[in-house]
Amino acid sequence: MMLRPLFAMAALLVALPMPVMAAGGGGTMYNFLPDMGNRASLQRGAKYYMNYCSGCHSLEYMRYNRIAEDLEIPEDLLKENLMFTSSNPGDTITIARRDQDAEKWFGAAPPDLSVKVRHRGASWVYSFLMTFYLDETKPTGVNNPTLEGTSMPHVLGHLQGWQRPVYEMVDDAHGKPRKTLKGFEMAEAGQLNEQEYEVMVADIVNFMTYVSEPAALKRFGIGIGVLFFLSIFTLLAWLLKKDYWTDVH
Amino acid sequence: MAIVPNPHKTTGFLGWIDDRFPLTKIWKDHVAEYYAPKNFNFWYFFGSLAMLVLVNQLITGIWLTMFYKPDAAMAFGSVEYIMRDVEWGWVIRYMHSTGASAFFIVVYLHMYRGLLYGSYRKPRELVWIFGCLIFFALMAEGFLGYVLPWGNMSYWGAQVIISLFGAIPVVGEDLTILIKGDYTIADATLNRFFALHVVAVPFVLVGLVVAHLMALHEVGSNNPDGIEIKAKKDEKGIPLDGIPFHPYYTVKDLFGVGVFLMLFAFVVFFIPEMGGYFLEKPNFTPANPNVTPEHIAPVWYYTPFYAILRAVPSKGWGVFLMGAAVAVFFLLPWLDRSPVKSIRYKGWMYKTALALFTVSFIVLGVLGVLPSEGIYVTLAQIFTTIYFAFFLLMPIYTKFDRTKQPPERVT
Repeated sequence: MMLRPLFAMAALLVALPMPVMAAGGGGTMYNFLPDMGNRASLQRGAKYYMNYCSGCHSLEYMRYNRIAEDLEIPEDLLKENLMFTSSNPGDTITIARRDQDAEKWFGAAPPDLSVKVRHRGASWVYSFLMTFYLDETKPTGVNNPTLEGTSMPHVLGHLQGWQRPVYEMVDDAHGKPRKTLKGFEMAEAGQLNEQEYEVMVADIVNFMTYVSEPAALKRFGIGIGVLFFLSIFTLLAWLLKKDYWTDVH
Repeated sequence: MAIVPNPHKTTGFLGWIDDRFPLTKIWKDHVAEYYAPKNFNFWYFFGSLAMLVLVNQLITGIWLTMFYKPDAAMAFGSVEYIMRDVEWGWVIRYMHSTGASAFFIVVYLHMYRGLLYGSYRKPRELVWIFGCLIFFALMAEGFLGYVLPWGNMSYWGAQVIISLFGAIPVVGEDLTILIKGDYTIADATLNRFFALHVVAVPFVLVGLVVAHLMALHEVGSNNPDGIEIKAKKDEKGIPLDGIPFHPYYTVKDLFGVGVFLMLFAFVVFFIPEMGGYFLEKPNFTPANPNVTPEHIAPVWYYTPFYAILRAVPSKGWGVFLMGAAVAVFFLLPWLDRSPVKSIRYKGWMYKTALALFTVSFIVLGVLGVLPSEGIYVTLAQIFTTIYFAFFLLMPIYTKFDRTKQPPERVT
């Protein structure tokens, strides 16, 4: 698509100054630049989200038919493949379970993810989905360095496979060696290979980035038109100014 | 002698109005026959731009109130509703959120112009004081508005700022409850902040802007040379170095508006979050009294003052100094004892002092975003001292400074 380099450029502009303030999260293990210009990826992301995430995580500010319209998904496909809790395409994407129940089951209610990417950042969400590892001390059997002690089970575990953490000793600021997470090794292979899983997570994060601000799909294109208009306006204003000011000495 | 209605002898419909209302008079006094110095430079764009941003905030604000719900349970969702379901709602919202930051940028530059050319000096003391009041009201307006989206940073930002009032002796604690309308920041707080942000403070702001302009048009504009153009007039009483505001400055400001709008539109359409400085990340999750954001930083336009607050170990004195950092601007007309107004004819002392002040304001702004620890605290203390020294030592260094003789006419 023609707009893709623009998206990337704009995303870069947003991403560049970010570490100053967003570093609060302790940094993320992966850096991910979302690509909203990739429609196929967004469509796959919608499918994955609805199948793997929407059981617990609502998108309460997003409407089914808005997704269908923006991602060019025909209504019959939408109803058949993406709508599980409602039959009205104008509805927002809610979930059936109650928050109180979820707190009883998991310890914390799974948050709504409508604006999660704008809250945490795309790199954080990407890292979170990549870094689940086996931890027998947790009720879910997994832990995650991106959100230490998360009560979320590794829903995509059977696809990614189950990984174990690899530690190394690194000297900290005071010169003391500390056990630091170096990476992961696969303990039990999943249905997808590493690259396939990365593409899947990228699709999900692309979709979630779109969901957190659907207007961003149009924003850039309209912005170019506005800037074009304003540059002509400014040029005319400059010529007008020059003309009026010829008699001021 | 009786008052002559319609001294302008207009006829027709305009004449009918002028017989009853000073329409032509207002137009001539404030626009067509308001004589402004002909040597305005770059720094003189920001007054009209501040007006433009004010109008932008008022109009986009009116449209936002048509869809926004000032209710703790609905506020966050209503902002997302504006962003998604309201036609063009996202443009209106980004224009308003970007406008808030733009307002402070143009107002800071506008005030800085005053420091450069001595625009606060006699006879413009009231122009300056009305301006300081506008700045004060603007800070209140920005804070109140920041709470309305009811994100987590709105909540915790409000928590920090309101707690500052608790440092006021005797009445402090009761005052915080009065502000909150509850014992915690809650629905009642949001409701009253909405009322103040949408009705009370804009009223005051517009009133002050009118007073600012009336005072300005009474005494006439200063200029980069800091000399009075009214001192040299032609036989008709028109300043020799003056040109009518309209059409000369209306067309010039129109060009300024074009350049400003291009920058503004670039932010609105391409980087509305400005990397987390115009719209902060923690504000994309609803207000939650149980979860404190990892790092509570005020929006960038308050950070110099926030850094001054944190530079002092005692909360009471910190709040006092922060208030003083804003209030000290009011005294400027009486602190400056220089025989000349403009920096062009001031000596090295004022130039050095202003340069140090500029650096300290920017450094404090950066420090206000960073955590208050280690070397940052020391730096904040050093630059807070410089900040205040600029004002408090001004009567001394402006008196002893070696100034140049300004020209008779503008250059």
